[in-house]
Amino acid sequence: MRKHDVVIVGAGLAGLRAALELAGKVDVAVVSKVYPSRSHSGAAQGGVAAAMANESDDSPELHMYDTVKGSDYLGDQDAIEIMTRDAPITITEMEHLGCVFSRDGEGRIAQREFGGHSKPRACYAADRTGHALLHTLYEQSFKYKKDITFYNEWYLLDLIYQDGSARGVVVMDMKTGDIEVIHAKAVLFGTGGYGRAYKITSNAFANTGDGIMATYRAGLPLEDMEFVQFHPTGLYQQGILMSEAARGEGGYLLNGNMERFMERYAKSRMELAPRDIVSRAEQTEINEGRGAGPKKDFIYVDLRHLGREKILEKLPQIRQLAIDFLGIDCIDHPIPIQPTAHYSMGGIPASKDCEVYRDEKGTIVKGFYAAGECSCISVHGANRLGTNSLLDATVFGRRAGKSILNYVVGAQHEPVNEAEVKRKARKRIDDLLYTPSTESANDIRNELKGTMTNHVGVYRTKDGLATAHKKLKELQGRFTKVRVEDKGKVFNTEIIEALELSNMLTYSELIIAGAEARTESRGAHARVDFPKRDDVNWMKHTMASADADGAIQLKYKPVVVTKHQPEERKY
Amino acid sequence: MAKTKFLVSRYNAARDTKPYLQEFKLEIPQGATLLDCINLIKWTQDGTLTYRMSCRSAICGSCSMKVNGHARLACKTQAAEAVIDGAITIEPMGNSPLIRDLVVDLEPFFDSIDRVKPFLVPDDSKQWKRETLQSHDDYRKIEDASTCIMCASCWSDCNVLGVDPRFLGPAALAKAQRFVYDSRDNETRDRIEFLSRTTGMWDCTHCAECATRCPTDAKPLFRIKELRTAAMTYKITDNNGARHVLAFRESVGGFLPGVGGGGLLNENYVPIRSVGFFNLDGILSLIPVGIRMIIRGKNPPILPHIIDKIGEVRAMFRRFNDYRKEYRK
Repeated sequence: MRKHDVVIVGAGLAGLRAALELAGKVDVAVVSKVYPSRSHSGAAQGGVAAAMANESDDSPELHMYDTVKGSDYLGDQDAIEIMTRDAPITITEMEHLGCVFSRDGEGRIAQREFGGHSKPRACYAADRTGHALLHTLYEQSFKYKKDITFYNEWYLLDLIYQDGSARGVVVMDMKTGDIEVIHAKAVLFGTGGYGRAYKITSNAFANTGDGIMATYRAGLPLEDMEFVQFHPTGLYQQGILMSEAARGEGGYLLNGNMERFMERYAKSRMELAPRDIVSRAEQTEINEGRGAGPKKDFIYVDLRHLGREKILEKLPQIRQLAIDFLGIDCIDHPIPIQPTAHYSMGGIPASKDCEVYRDEKGTIVKGFYAAGECSCISVHGANRLGTNSLLDATVFGRRAGKSILNYVVGAQHEPVNEAEVKRKARKRIDDLLYTPSTESANDIRNELKGTMTNHVGVYRTKDGLATAHKKLKELQGRFTKVRVEDKGKVFNTEIIEALELSNMLTYSELIIAGAEARTESRGAHARVDFPKRDDVNWMKHTMASADADGAIQLKYKPVVVTKHQPEERKY
Repeated sequence: MAKTKFLVSRYNAARDTKPYLQEFKLEIPQGATLLDCINLIKWTQDGTLTYRMSCRSAICGSCSMKVNGHARLACKTQAAEAVIDGAITIEPMGNSPLIRDLVVDLEPFFDSIDRVKPFLVPDDSKQWKRETLQSHDDYRKIEDASTCIMCASCWSDCNVLGVDPRFLGPAALAKAQRFVYDSRDNETRDRIEFLSRTTGMWDCTHCAECATRCPTDAKPLFRIKELRTAAMTYKITDNNGARHVLAFRESVGGFLPGVGGGGLLNENYVPIRSVGFFNLDGILSLIPVGIRMIIRGKNPPILPHIIDKIGEVRAMFRRFNDYRKEYRK
């Protein structure tokens, strides 16, 4: 058994930022299933929001209002206030740590327009802002190498949770296949989102909700899982992200008739309306036969009028992606795109200080913290604004670090039954390796992803959700007989992929269950049969947990409203 | 469409004494990347096939592997374009210990990054309440290096590392450039001095494999050249590599009348000047090399000979000198 004061799972922006806060003060370990520089924070492109007021007047208050409105009033306003208030200092710190930001004429951090933000407040590094931030923190981790123990390419199997406190994690060293326990006074999850369950997705293969599912398996609830953001500009059929910065810099969205159709949906903000609205507009155009291409099933993002120079300077990465994947150079041609599963608003319920809640009443789990996309604090509510995710991960990674430091001083390592927790984890793996295997993981995965994209996507209906739910049950049944050929120990990626698929099958049902119950349309959750937001009955967060028999149990907790009462959301 | 042969390197230490190529057949789907194809092989033909991958959009750097002999990101490669005579050969990255199939041990690579102090050392005397100011031009000096995704493609195909594993390697040197040229960094001179030591910037042989394999704008070769420029600017030249450059310039550029000059390369002057005129051990160490060259008939002529287009070489150096004078103003 390995022992540290704090174990952080996930080496993306949230995890590394927290580790930096703790380095040298307590004994901290970071576990990641990939090398830190491979974390999916690095794929974020367009920017990170902060009211720096470099390009125009701006304020944290305005940022807060935009975020609350963008969340369709489901965001908890006390947490949003903290995030927007901490934003400028947090970004300034990142710059001081060496982050390579694009600069304006005065040498300050450059800022650009983004969807749903009323001011140009997206600080950026060309169109690879996440990469710039992630690598800055990774660089710092070399500075503190003596103070942070990295377990790179170790896979999270279980959270050790007992009698109201988290005591460590059970993990697998992928290089050896050995199962080990990391015993800790405090555990932080920064394990990322769950968008991998969709066929069309911008997410990495790694984004399989491992931390979220370890939490759920431990008997703890998950919040607002039905809220999955669909990004308006995923590369056609690939889902690969074409940054919103393309529109922030002035790009147009065109339908098959080459019309700027956003005029009909969000006249004042046009292409820079929030993502839920733009994605629905695109889907409506496609559904009503105005899509582009032979199958009329995509939309164009048109950058030609921006000119070669601006594209090369501000959007080099997305240009290259469109060239590599579709053979299209956006300097001369519009890029075919479609909505793509992108961001998980839901996740592990946590307080403003990242302490995880164990129930809808706000009881806190001792020694357990969550930050970044895996958490639901909830600063994004029903719909996240672009550039608020890098901010969320950085601000709350920082806060988690401070909060954990406070807790760990004076806390003890609580007892762990090593043999027992290892046996449980071993059994899940052995069940996959040594049971009759007739089913193909690939078939199950493909059917799951197709089901989620077709029935639990941009628009949802009662019947579609019911069909999806039935299919999920079938797939979960088939998974118990899944075939894993690789019985080896060293770097067995087949067993890891099977465990990831099992996670996806479990949380997808939570997305569906939450969506079936929520008989309203709010933010990214759009019910065709309940097209209106229902503030009387649904100003509340879903809390999903497993009951004693393993069945899904839905409870609710109210939204925190402080400064801004719900009003009609118009752009 | 006909099926393509995928010749994939396999190795499982529990079973194999050395890696071997296994043949798979697959019809490449329209527009599929190489990663798509390898995934299809794993998911439909052989679940034990082992490799790394994650973002599948060329930003995480996980899926670098040798495709037909050269390191590439599998997710950034259109499979159809990689077919040679009906086949694609896929092998693990080079210059790295093999773990299994296409998975190599990345620790030596990341250790190389660690060696260059890969983090900003700001000037602590300046207390910035706001962001540090940096001009757009200064940002441009570090932008290319900052696009590195640590995929280790350059490391894999570096020819120097194959000969001398102590070499810092292209990625670490590109990372170092990002700090040497960062207007916010306070340790520029120390960094250049460190990078000027054996195993550093001067050990690169300009083969350009790193820049050719690099999937981003980081292009280590050019960053290494910028580091050398910085070394000259800071006059950190007390080492063989820098002296070699000076010797070349003095000889060919004609700054030393009688020794060479006017476009003539004096091949006897350059090595002695490179190790240092008063470095007796260094000069003696040249003798075995010289003897071997004589045995193989590769010793340079005692008197420099004149190449055909000497005028062009002289013109180049004239331009270069004018530029240097201009630059110094």
